[in-house]
Amino acid sequence: MDLLDPKEMDALNERARTIRQHIIKMTHAAGSGHPGGSLSAVEILTTLYFKIMKHDPKNPGWIDRDRFVLSKGHAAPALYAILAEAGYFPLEELMTLRKLGCRLQGHPSMRCTPGVEMSTGSLGHGLAVANGMALAARLDRKLHRIFVLCGDGEMNVGEIWESAMLAAHYKLDNVTMFLDRNMLQLDGPTEKIMSLEPLTDKWKAFGWQVQEIDGHSIKEIIIASQNALRCHGKPSVIICHTVKGKGVSFMEGAVRFHGKAPVDEECEKALGELEVCR
Amino acid sequence: MKHGWKMESQRKAYSKALVELGNQRSDIVVLDADLSSSTQTIKFAEAFPERFFNCGIAEANMMDTAAGLAASGKTVFVSTFAVFGTGRCYDQIRQSIAYPKLNVKIVVSHAGITVGGDGASHQITEDVALMRVLPNMTVIVPADSPETYRTIFEIVKNKNPTYVRMGRADVPSITEGLESFEIGKATVMKEGDDVTLIGTGIMVSRCLSAAEELKKQGIGARVINMSTVKPLDEKTIVKAARETGAMVTAEEHNILEGLGSAVAMVLGENANVPLKRVGIPDIFGESGDSEELMEKYGLTAENIVNAAHEVLARKK
Ligand SMILES: Cc1ncc(C[n+]2csc(CCOP(=O)(O)OP(=O)(O)O)c2C)c(N)n1
Repeated sequence: MDLLDPKEMDALNERARTIRQHIIKMTHAAGSGHPGGSLSAVEILTTLYFKIMKHDPKNPGWIDRDRFVLSKGHAAPALYAILAEAGYFPLEELMTLRKLGCRLQGHPSMRCTPGVEMSTGSLGHGLAVANGMALAARLDRKLHRIFVLCGDGEMNVGEIWESAMLAAHYKLDNVTMFLDRNMLQLDGPTEKIMSLEPLTDKWKAFGWQVQEIDGHSIKEIIIASQNALRCHGKPSVIICHTVKGKGVSFMEGAVRFHGKAPVDEECEKALGELEVCR
Repeated sequence: MKHGWKMESQRKAYSKALVELGNQRSDIVVLDADLSSSTQTIKFAEAFPERFFNCGIAEANMMDTAAGLAASGKTVFVSTFAVFGTGRCYDQIRQSIAYPKLNVKIVVSHAGITVGGDGASHQITEDVALMRVLPNMTVIVPADSPETYRTIFEIVKNKNPTYVRMGRADVPSITEGLESFEIGKATVMKEGDDVTLIGTGIMVSRCLSAAEELKKQGIGARVINMSTVKPLDEKTIVKAARETGAMVTAEEHNILEGLGSAVAMVLGENANVPLKRVGIPDIFGESGDSEELMEKYGLTAENIVNAAHEVLARKK
């Protein structure tokens, strides 16, 4: 299938590595931010923006574009790196993250940053917002799709399950949710803080199509996204098994790097690791 | 720090008080919403694992759970960031805590724009307003960490729903060595007869700095720490208004419906003196360094000095 052209796969993986480097540099320059949950979502975002979604960086307001909502807004560094790489704004601007007067707010603001579809940061809102966009698309007889990325800790939020019901009730098959299942939230492991399992069964019981994949495999993300596009009559969730802090040895699986930026030596070490193609 | 004030974390003072309280009283129960490592309730969790419940990222659920525990005789502390512990679960606080007047102490951190880099989504500047208009709710904004520590011991002496607001950043310890804190009673930190500066939270230290600057200019400023925003110490306000004839309020909160508004209402009904409110303009915050934001939003000692000059000029 040309869908999975090996050259293109290599390019996407290469792009993911560049995005990771941006995330490290940005959070280091800002002195704060959330590297862990940004790094776990890199392949998901890279595949969406550089393979799956129809969008036009030169025309962010294009009416027929696919929409993406970053429900776990603290992964803003990942989204900004993607948007800059795609051409929504200059790459140099990435280093202004969190600085006074910048367009790259600590959490995404749709009024500040070109390409950001919704202001987020308080967890649990994004899926409901995506549903609203999906209902509007249906009303306007538009064929564009709505994608949303949630964290697994975010599944604690009651509103997530309210919107899960709404999406199934209104058969919102234009909604695809990616669930970043990195097994960690802020205070520790998800199953220790507030157990989520059996997560797949929960989503199935709520009337969703459910797929489980390796969230760092671009190939699996592409296939799962295509399956979601072909699913009719129900919304789709793709549970992506990931590693928090993925790509940087000392950040992988480390709760500490949920909301802590790398200091000088850590930044250097991380960039060194990301230089080597893995 | 130019005054030689110690810079200390309110959150640390809070957790220290919580653990001591937990040792003294078995009815103390603590809830958090996946922020225990930040609010520091983790210290209580480590000391009393059976009396700590992490509710996950589910603040509304946490508030109603707290209500159930309180209705069963527990003294419940509920902690998270200010933005998530107020607006996000307002109905739960209103229906299940304030209305039935249950013994829940909502103690939050990361209030106001000093949150810094996280930006507007996390910088709640309207929480005091939200809590102040709830009947039965006591609202306390401690000035520093020693006062935070004293506050925690004081609020468990009654069974009233209570909101305690803390910031993220370390703050100068200006109440070090002051005697015990009393709910609803303002503290005069500095005497003066020309103008009164009333502050709450981190703005009290800035009022003190402003008073020093004014003194150099030959102006005697009275500084009042109004840590209890509700019930408001009207007596102290009216007395200061009559004796100094001009007033400035200072708060790290929306200029609407916080301390300044509360004082304006008291003055409007009791003592007609010129008033200037120093606070955050009615706009959302943004990312930036805390101090830079305090400057941009007009919350420095210099802003208070200027406000003092303005009311002095209007004074008859
Ligand atoms: C409503 C709400 N409560 C608390 C927070 C603070 N917070 C930011 S990230 C986070 C943990 C998120 O965990 P998860 O969804 O698993 O994200 P990831 O691990 O992928 O970064 C928390 C509690 C928040 N942003 N919103």
